[in-house]
Amino acid sequence: MYSRAKYIDKIFEKIGFVVTYSCIFLLLILFVIILIKGIGRLNISFLTSLPSRFPEKAGILTPMFGTLWILILTTIFAFPLGVAAGIYLEEYMKKSRFTNIIEINISNLAGVPSIIYGLLGLEIFVRIFKFGPTILSGSLTLTLLILPIIIVATRESIRAVPQTIKDASYALGASKWQTIWFHVLPAAFGGILTGVILAISRAVGEAAPLIVVGALAYVPFIPSSPFDEFSVLPIQIFNWISRPQKEFIINASAAIVILLVITIMLNNIAIYFRNRWQKKLKF
Amino acid sequence: MAKKIKILKNMIGYDIKVTESTKEMIDKTKVDNNIENKNYKIVTRNVNVYYGDFHAIKNVSLNFPENTVTAFIGPSGCGKSTFLRLLNRMNDYIDGFRMDGEIIIDNENIYEKTIDVEKLRKRVGMVFQKPNPFPKSIFENVAYGLRIQGFSNKNFLMERVEKALRQVGLWDEVKDNLKKNAYALSGGQQQRLCIARTLAVEPEIILMDEPTSALDPIAMAKIEQLIFELRNEYTIVIVTHNLQQAGRVSDYTAFFYLGELIEYGKTYDVFTNPKNKKTENYITGRFG
Repeated sequence: MYSRAKYIDKIFEKIGFVVTYSCIFLLLILFVIILIKGIGRLNISFLTSLPSRFPEKAGILTPMFGTLWILILTTIFAFPLGVAAGIYLEEYMKKSRFTNIIEINISNLAGVPSIIYGLLGLEIFVRIFKFGPTILSGSLTLTLLILPIIIVATRESIRAVPQTIKDASYALGASKWQTIWFHVLPAAFGGILTGVILAISRAVGEAAPLIVVGALAYVPFIPSSPFDEFSVLPIQIFNWISRPQKEFIINASAAIVILLVITIMLNNIAIYFRNRWQKKLKF
Repeated sequence: MAKKIKILKNMIGYDIKVTESTKEMIDKTKVDNNIENKNYKIVTRNVNVYYGDFHAIKNVSLNFPENTVTAFIGPSGCGKSTFLRLLNRMNDYIDGFRMDGEIIIDNENIYEKTIDVEKLRKRVGMVFQKPNPFPKSIFENVAYGLRIQGFSNKNFLMERVEKALRQVGLWDEVKDNLKKNAYALSGGQQQRLCIARTLAVEPEIILMDEPTSALDPIAMAKIEQLIFELRNEYTIVIVTHNLQQAGRVSDYTAFFYLGELIEYGKTYDVFTNPKNKKTENYITGRFG
């Protein structure tokens, strides 16, 4: 006979088990269904073909390059900006009511729907800066979208660095920047990198803000500079699914598999870095 | 001499063998009578510290003679650590920290706006309560203070690292493993490494914030021995909860209570003949 506390313990364990495994199971089913649907089109020619109105000829070459461009440019913009802002907020900013408001709102920004960022990007980058519906506008918009996530992740990783280590560095006559550079950043880097990669894998899956900015579904050329028009995988998938021909559903499924593989790869890289840095640094 | 040894035994809390070093210690108390002629390394006048609304240090004036060990004792929260951290401006980063009064080291008010805090901290080193080596190799731990000053010559660094590690008696234990991570060392070794790290910068003053409270008795004895040896070259200020430790290592003792300096004098006098009732109650263990 269990006591009441033990009973609750057991029940929670069972519920937790069911919830956890049903999540994984659902995801698996989803993946398998899509894989079965799309497997017929998963071949090299699918990856290397330009878009076409004939489903059996259409490929994802241009949206894949678009996604690659977006991924690289967004990283280049968002990584230094987000980390710098995180360092400033955590280490340099003096506390006051005004800075409190800023802090709270940065966290709030992470919860703003992505389509709002799309509208902002459309107005600022496409119209005011006159970049047009280009890769540059798209990646700048996505940069805005993921900056709050990177800032929050950076701050949390920095906060996890023990004060004793910082104290030791200051007490030896190190300046604030030396302390940050030699101790805080190396210790926090695993966490920061994880946050950045997860944020970017989110950006890679975004369609809504890029549609608003003006990404096209039909791009018959490989984008060669940030000022080219572009498409990305999620938009291509969205486009194919909304076509009346059934064959395009197969294409969409195949593209979803590719997109999932890319995001899962990014996530695994994040996990790898986190584990590596955690092993290196123990306090 | 015999009477003094007896008092000393009471003071430091265990039976002592009268060795050369105890004789030296007793001689020291004698020499200390002339200590008023020594230079004051640190002079503090009317120091008040506030954390927001909390008045943490109340009008404390306290002077530290050169090349002596001064111990701060008192119950938790009495302001002794706060006062210690004033001396190398480690409180600057705490939100809501304010202070007034003067803290003068070598005729220079260290809270003057023109003071370079980083330079000050090179002269006033600090050892913390919990051993806090950097998650780096033993060598890099000791060399760090020099590296941030821009020294990069391998031979020079090696020389200084060896010297510092020898000073703390760690050299023979680690000389073959300088590349090993500092976290592989025992707690006592880590704390000695932290002291070596401080010494490598060649400070004039060393502040110690309960340096042995996280250590076992044997490691503690080693650190105390080390403090005893270092007093000839450095001005040392040590915060301790361990009264016997204060008795063993310090020349002067300051008793803090609720942010006030209650009593200050030669350790021998404070322990054997406290002037204030509160001090007497504290050192006889009636509170705290």
